[in-house]
Amino acid sequence: MGLKEKVQDLLGNDILDIVEYRGDLTIEVPKSKNVKILKALKEAEGLQFDFLVDIVGVDNSALYEKKKAKKKKPKGDEEAEEKEPVEEGPPPPRFEVIYLLLALSTNERLRVKIRVSEDDLEVDSITGLWRGANWPEREVYDMFGIRFKGHPNLKRLLMWEGFPAHPLRKDYPLEGQGEQRDFDDCRFF
Amino acid sequence: MANNNNAPITGDYVTINIGPSHPAMHGTLRVVCKTDGETIVEAIPEIGYLHRGVEKLGENLTYHQFIPITDRLNYCSAIANNVAYEKAVEKLLGIEIPDKAKLIRVIMKELARIADHQVCVGILGVDLGAFTPFFYLIIQREEIYDIFEWYNGARLTNTFGRIGGVNADLPEIFHTKWPKLKDTIRKANDETDKLLTHNRIWMDRTIGVNPFSPEDALEYGFTGPCLRATGVKRDLRKDEPYYFYDKFDFEVPVGKHGDVFDRYYVRLMEMEQSIRIIDQAYAMYKELPPDAPLMAKVPKIIKPPEGEIYSAIESPNGELGFFIKSDGTDKPYRIKIRPPCYMVYQAFPELVKGEMIADTIACLSSLNIIAGELDR
Repeated sequence: MGLKEKVQDLLGNDILDIVEYRGDLTIEVPKSKNVKILKALKEAEGLQFDFLVDIVGVDNSALYEKKKAKKKKPKGDEEAEEKEPVEEGPPPPRFEVIYLLLALSTNERLRVKIRVSEDDLEVDSITGLWRGANWPEREVYDMFGIRFKGHPNLKRLLMWEGFPAHPLRKDYPLEGQGEQRDFDDCRFF
Repeated sequence: MANNNNAPITGDYVTINIGPSHPAMHGTLRVVCKTDGETIVEAIPEIGYLHRGVEKLGENLTYHQFIPITDRLNYCSAIANNVAYEKAVEKLLGIEIPDKAKLIRVIMKELARIADHQVCVGILGVDLGAFTPFFYLIIQREEIYDIFEWYNGARLTNTFGRIGGVNADLPEIFHTKWPKLKDTIRKANDETDKLLTHNRIWMDRTIGVNPFSPEDALEYGFTGPCLRATGVKRDLRKDEPYYFYDKFDFEVPVGKHGDVFDRYYVRLMEMEQSIRIIDQAYAMYKELPPDAPLMAKVPKIIKPPEGEIYSAIESPNGELGFFIKSDGTDKPYRIKIRPPCYMVYQAFPELVKGEMIADTIACLSSLNIIAGELDR
């Protein structure tokens, strides 16, 4: 039984999406159940994803915009429009939080993805499962503004306290917004 | 003595700030310690002083343009970073690089590992007052940097390799230098071993200082020499072999207690294993024809299909991973770097609790925290 089947067996209906790409397995699970599912994966017999490698945040807003623009472009081409059904309803959640897991006994890797929408930026913290999740969660908060409920010390990690933006969001410009000029201490002359 | 209200002492503890610019700190690290006499009650590390937004830069550069940026992560072993990044992009593109390129990467990466460990062990000695071994090791490191310099002109920021292979064959100086160099490296390691390992002062300062249990280390996400020092035999070169590491005959040295001494000794032992790996890789390299290809077929403009991958290698410090998400354009949509010492450093408050202030410096050097990699 492969890893994919084992994971499907364990989680059943909780898996919203399962992708295998270049040998990497990614599953998408509901946001509200992240702690429960990660705990199950950590303790399941035969899987034992007991090592947290990292936590990655992704802002998908630019990706969605690009896809929208692409759909609009071939408007004159009627065939293309017919092929792709027009998607109605609420826009897909803007952010993704991806947990990179590793099973030490079998050296298998798995990515667990949850989607976080912009109006509900709160995710349950997994610091209770791995103490090592402390800084990665702080970094995701720092860079994307996703808050982790139950985190012992949710402060900014790489940027300073009071920094007004979340720099890895796609709407933050590469050159910054001139924040460094607000330092009083830097004005010597 | 009457306590007047303007004395800023809370309880009996004194707060001491070390860093971010302090001669004993390695790079721009800052630790705020609450001390009781000379014993640390609580230590809080503060990072981000060298944050340059590497991940944000990556989103705005093409795949090839990002290689020089990876040099600036762990600047003691830039080649390992380059290889890790190139391997990740090659996985994303789904290309296999030629055998010769793989062997050149293995040789250069192991040389970088030796150089990194030499710096780490040497600086650990300097921090504990043993200055001599530093020179023995740094002279040999300079010889290794000579080889790097002949390869592409840079000592520290090498920008080694290209996506799909390597840009040049091994430099001529390598063939003449290596047989002699490996002996002098061994001799320098031996001298360091003789000067430090059984030295009474060294033993008192390192054995039993900041011990860490394997369970804690795994929960915190330790990898590399710091994890192996606790007794966990985990090395990506053995566990998830890439390139030709499954064909090489080498051992993974492990410690027992995870204290400063074990971390030092594991690094010293690893250098010897790296020399063995280079010897075997060099023997395999010599069997290949001199005109064997160095590059796989790679399009001029790299546009990987949409998708996301994670790929990791065993860098001198531990598991160095790259998560790359592509949106089908010539620039990565998201790059996340998983630096090894980032996960190690978050256990720092637990490591130094109850130790002396002077031991925090020993702990910091033995963990080999590199600010460039930590803050990105």
